[in-house]
Amino acid sequence: MIEQGAKSETRADTAIPAPVGQGYTFGSVSDKISALVLTGRTPRGWWLGFLFSFLWLMILLYAIGYLVLEGVGIWGINIPVAWGFAITNFVWWIGIGHAGTLISAILLLLHQQWRTSINRFAEAMTLFAVACAGLFPLLHLGRPWFFYWLFPYPNTMKIWPQFRSPLIWDVFAVSTYMTVSLMFWYVGLIPDVATLRDRARSRLAQITYGILALGWRGSAYHWHRYEVAYLILAGLATPLVVSVHTVVSFDFAVANLPGWHSTVFPPYFVAGAIFSGFAMVLTIAIPLRAVYHLEDFISDWHLENMAKIMLATGLLVAYGYFIEAFMAWYGGNRFEQYVQLNRMFGPYAVWYWLLIGCNVLAPQLLWVKRFRRNTTLLLIVALIVLVGMWLERFVIIITSLHRDFLPSSWGMYSPTIWDWATLIGSVGLFLSLLFLFVRLLPIISMFEMRTLVSETQVHEHTARNLGEE
Amino acid sequence: MSWERLRQQLGEGGPVYWRGLEELAQTQEFQEMLQREFPEQAGEWNNPLTRRQFLILMAASLALGGISGCSMQPPVGKIVPYVRQPEQLTAGKPLYYATAMSLGGVATGLLVESHEGRPTKVEGNVLHPGSLGGTDVFAQAAILELYDPDRSQSVTYLEQPRGWDEAVNTLRAALEKQRAVGGKGLRILTETITSPTLGEQLLGANRSSMRSRFPFSHWHQYEPITRTTILEGGKLAFGRAINPIYDFTRAKVVLSLESNFLGCGPGHLRYVRDFMSQRRVQGKPADTRMNRLYVVESMPSPTGAVGDHRLPMRAEEIEGFARALAVQLGIEGIRGGDTGSEKLHRWVRAIAKDLGMHRGEGLVIVGETQPATVHALAHLINQTLGNHGTTVAYTDPIEVQPQNQLAEIEKLVQAMAKGEVEILLILGGNPVFNAPVDLGLIQAMQKVPLRVHLGLYHNETAANCHWHIPETHFLEAWSDCRAYDGTVSIIQPLIAPLYRNKSVHEFVSVLFGGVERTGYDLVRDYWREHWPGRTTGTNFEGGWERALHDGIVQGTTLESRPGLRASTDWLARTPVKTIDPNAMELVFRSDPGIYDGRFANNGWLQELPRPLSKLTWDNAVFLSPATARSLGVKQTVGIQGGEHGDAITDQVELTFQGNKVVAPVWIMPGHPDGSLTVSFGHGRTRAGHVGTGTGFDAYRLRTSRAMWFGSGVQARKTGGSFTLACTQMHHAMEERDPVRSGTLAEYIQHPHFAAQSGGELQEEFQEELVPVPHPHPGAGDQSERRLYPLTLYPGYDYSPPRNRWGMSIDLSVCVGCNACVVACQAENNSPVVGKTEVTRGREMHWLRIDRYYTGDPFDSASVKTYLQPVLCMQCENAPCELVCPVGATVHSADGLNDMVYNRCVGTRYCSNNCPYKVRRFNFLQYADYATNSLKLGRNPEVTVRSRGVMEKCTYCVQRIRGAQIEAEIEHRPVRDGDILTACQAVCPAQAIVFGDMNDPTSEVVRCKKEPRHYGLLAELNTRPRTTYLATLRNPNPELE
Repeated sequence: MIEQGAKSETRADTAIPAPVGQGYTFGSVSDKISALVLTGRTPRGWWLGFLFSFLWLMILLYAIGYLVLEGVGIWGINIPVAWGFAITNFVWWIGIGHAGTLISAILLLLHQQWRTSINRFAEAMTLFAVACAGLFPLLHLGRPWFFYWLFPYPNTMKIWPQFRSPLIWDVFAVSTYMTVSLMFWYVGLIPDVATLRDRARSRLAQITYGILALGWRGSAYHWHRYEVAYLILAGLATPLVVSVHTVVSFDFAVANLPGWHSTVFPPYFVAGAIFSGFAMVLTIAIPLRAVYHLEDFISDWHLENMAKIMLATGLLVAYGYFIEAFMAWYGGNRFEQYVQLNRMFGPYAVWYWLLIGCNVLAPQLLWVKRFRRNTTLLLIVALIVLVGMWLERFVIIITSLHRDFLPSSWGMYSPTIWDWATLIGSVGLFLSLLFLFVRLLPIISMFEMRTLVSETQVHEHTARNLGEE
Repeated sequence: MSWERLRQQLGEGGPVYWRGLEELAQTQEFQEMLQREFPEQAGEWNNPLTRRQFLILMAASLALGGISGCSMQPPVGKIVPYVRQPEQLTAGKPLYYATAMSLGGVATGLLVESHEGRPTKVEGNVLHPGSLGGTDVFAQAAILELYDPDRSQSVTYLEQPRGWDEAVNTLRAALEKQRAVGGKGLRILTETITSPTLGEQLLGANRSSMRSRFPFSHWHQYEPITRTTILEGGKLAFGRAINPIYDFTRAKVVLSLESNFLGCGPGHLRYVRDFMSQRRVQGKPADTRMNRLYVVESMPSPTGAVGDHRLPMRAEEIEGFARALAVQLGIEGIRGGDTGSEKLHRWVRAIAKDLGMHRGEGLVIVGETQPATVHALAHLINQTLGNHGTTVAYTDPIEVQPQNQLAEIEKLVQAMAKGEVEILLILGGNPVFNAPVDLGLIQAMQKVPLRVHLGLYHNETAANCHWHIPETHFLEAWSDCRAYDGTVSIIQPLIAPLYRNKSVHEFVSVLFGGVERTGYDLVRDYWREHWPGRTTGTNFEGGWERALHDGIVQGTTLESRPGLRASTDWLARTPVKTIDPNAMELVFRSDPGIYDGRFANNGWLQELPRPLSKLTWDNAVFLSPATARSLGVKQTVGIQGGEHGDAITDQVELTFQGNKVVAPVWIMPGHPDGSLTVSFGHGRTRAGHVGTGTGFDAYRLRTSRAMWFGSGVQARKTGGSFTLACTQMHHAMEERDPVRSGTLAEYIQHPHFAAQSGGELQEEFQEELVPVPHPHPGAGDQSERRLYPLTLYPGYDYSPPRNRWGMSIDLSVCVGCNACVVACQAENNSPVVGKTEVTRGREMHWLRIDRYYTGDPFDSASVKTYLQPVLCMQCENAPCELVCPVGATVHSADGLNDMVYNRCVGTRYCSNNCPYKVRRFNFLQYADYATNSLKLGRNPEVTVRSRGVMEKCTYCVQRIRGAQIEAEIEHRPVRDGDILTACQAVCPAQAIVFGDMNDPTSEVVRCKKEPRHYGLLAELNTRPRTTYLATLRNPNPELE
């Protein structure tokens, strides 16, 4: 651990601010972060927030109960628009998840030290987002109790899934993603859980964290194996960042529907996923930092970095919108052209332009450093981007379906109260899980932050030396 | 056992018959065996102690049996296995019986499929002149009506259940009083009756008829849709009642003056077949001939949609048009033949010239909605053109007693109002709901001391009567009825009455004949006595069997009267009506779905998208776009289902001759300006669970002065809006040409005008492949003849003896009558989803008829209508199959795109990926599992789908497999024509052809070789198996 820190020393650059605030020692880092979990009283704010989220979660449970009782007809879907909010929400949530994996895996491999302070909760966010996402393909089935028919399990009927269907690829992509993300997150947690075990005072906490720590004692062997495992997992997770949303985009790109059938979808979806994912990380990080006074760990510099990534991916997404429109014109396909014009000027034009405003215009503010440093503005932009990315999926799904080839079968879609309940409920599920996480596990990786303490000291030393020269 | 004992027994004269030597010897062992085993309980009987026990048990079980007998009873009927196999019946195999359905007194011959004694599906009777195998929507939906749980099930007095005997005794007592005055106070009101048996029962000379017992009684007939104008027109022209019969096979030029002869009315199924036989383009394009149809009408009808020229005209102006035409044709003595405008005059000239050039091969046909004078004028014109005896023939009326039904109901109301009526027997019908509103029928009825209603439903009329007697459905009872040409069919029941109801024959027989007799005896006895030439024993038996088997009674077709001459002396007597061109006109039409309202409780018909408006569950005020603009009313698309279901329209208040109604509007391209059309039948208050409260009641505007149209209606926008369920609100084809069309001249010049790219197998069928050049000039191979792209994958081997099913739909001959839609629903157990679900775009029809318009909507005459039945294309490269994650939709070895309901989990991805959007999803639990009576009517060969399952057309795979099994048993291949899909079987125009594309002689291959052949969206490389023949029209160059 020390070695790794030493290696990075040479890479330290004066332009990069210190990863951790001034005056921290190994001990004070652990104190500060573990205190969030282990202090006796639960803050009133937490209770309020959790209650609120739990209420929304109950809406979800109620909506699901009614759905199973009555059928998907309680939603606004119909023929021709057979997919509505459920799939929109699925793609949205799964996209959000991507930031966590990107931060933890790719940035790890690229030795981006600043990721350390955000990777833990970003990964947690990934898991919760994938959990929310995973609900929807299941719920949107006409007969959800047969969901397991999508898995290749040995059965007396001797029937396999139909492997040519992108939905089957989805099953594999999402379940792999869930598994790898969970393992990655959990493996990363082990040293910290051990710290909590050691610091816990109540018996229950000691036993629980003890079991979770898997007997971690911090020996050199442990650290060595941990590092290897973590790197391997990072290597495994890296292609998933690209592959999962690529596969999700195949749900649309493989279909022959104008507006879906497009080769630009995979890269454009991946960029969009990271875009929305970073927006979500910012949305969580900014209030968390303020409430728990974590400015020393999650500094403005971290936020700025994330804003930059958001801006970059936002530009990619904007390019995607442009190229879609361009190809519709250039391709000369009457159906594609109509879909594009219908998106821009048809009955759902408001949503299209709103999405352009949210995803293309709003992030342009981030060119300005002053805005990137303004946390309130950053939070607002992140929220706008989240809404925008949801709208993007809505527009792609609905406007392509509602007017396809034959004018005789054209129709419209509008969500019902149950569509909204499920969407809001899934946010409730996400927030509830997040609140529990904040209370029960360290939201910032303690041991990795400790690595950075030494690095910060080196950093300060170098800066001083440079100043003297 | 010993020999001595045996000898002794025999010698003593013991049992002469013995089952074994043991019995003969009466050994101890035998006695034991006898008591212990063989006759059960014999031992107990011999033992005094156990006998008590036995009796107690028996008593207890009898008592229990008695208790259970008092509890809720299962439906009456004994469940017993067949002791002997009934003749011809194999369990699981359907039987077909010929019967007939009567609507407006006109029979359509039917062949009804029966599964183990339950009628499940109606087909047309090929031998019946009024069907020739085709049926209409009403016949198709009869099955649902039969099993309707809302049907009346018990005799009621003032809405309280009573016994049949009590009703009969009360009525007989009342009739007994009438005998003294000869039945002066007895009135019978029926709908149009053509039944010879009922005629005999009412008017016959025998002792038990109504007339012989009550000579002063009177029989009135009334129903809202009648041929009264035809009757009166005949009286004007010929001085006698006639029944015109048309022969469209000989008509080359047809002018329809508001006659929807392809859509409804007597013989329309036959007329569609005959008319389309002259329109079906086959063989060498250069030799092609087509008939030509001019339609002058107000409300757009299927006939108008098919017509080569359609002139929208306010209904009241059509008489002037007819007069102008008569003048143009040189008929003397016509007044008022001035059309007023040059544009109209051009039409008159062109039509007159065309008709004149086809003497004896032309035809002018007038709808029953036009007044008698127009009918008489048409008789004159047809006579002048030499069409009598060729394209039109006249017979005696088919009614037992032809009546001016409007006059009859007026007479009845007057008599009732004066208190002259003591007993009113309403046998069928619903006059309280559908009589002209100005007559005051309900008030007059209150003065009748005894009112009795016999009917299928406890409807509005039943509610205004003292007694209600539930009537049998036509599939439950014996009767007879005449076709449009007089041919009698015996209506034979397919099932015993579900609720012990009585047929009209049985009821009348009880009242006037004295003894209760079965409908079978009544009908059979009538024919035994009155069948010309067949009244003797064996002669009759054979003929009767034959009549039942064939569905027609030989020798009953009415003879035409060739000698009739239309006179012109009536012309001077009839005044020429002056028309106020500025007054708004109100036109009445029957509802194409629920007819006059009698089918209001039939979910299939309520949910049926009406032929051109595509409205379901409601009626509306139809008007032209220009009239809508002048009234300031609009219709918009709602957001729930959008164009596919959700229409929000303004409401107007109509005031006509003092009556007011508030109704939603519906903008109908092609409707004449200055005219409003309402369809009656909706707005029922006592129709049942399905039909009560749908739409508005247009009868409240219909007066005896304006039975079909009238001038001077006031329309005022109320400011309110109303949601209508319309399955297709988009009118334009958006340059996508789903329906490809051309004129006959274009076709002769460019036979391949429709073939842009091919459907499944067109490449090999098309003898002269059309080159499909690269879209960019100078690029690619300009002489490219390949119709679908090259592929790396080998095609599936469909070579014989495998089958390769395919379908061809000739758009030229489709009239959009909807029979296929209901037939598909009946055959495939498709559910009814209700208005709300339709507005959400979730109707469940596997087969829909798309309707598109071209032309300027504000110039009604320029509007052209195109119709296209769309069902699953069974694509060879099916996009749906590729995306199903569980393999619930797969390709079969004979090329079908199968749907495995059991495997479907309901991702709906297949529907998203279907370019034709022909897949239907059970968003909720639509199939009714709860109602017992409906279970009887379902097709046992088709799964009833649960919620969460996708479904779609299967080419009636159950019929295919049935025919294959049949063929296999007979060791032969399936022959062309063995399999008729449900839609194909009912199509009166024979527009749908299904068959094996591996059979080069099959009809479907012949169709696919036609130059007009094209595949819908075939450019997507789906390679559809259902393909189309482009629609052709034969316009008059002078009117283009």
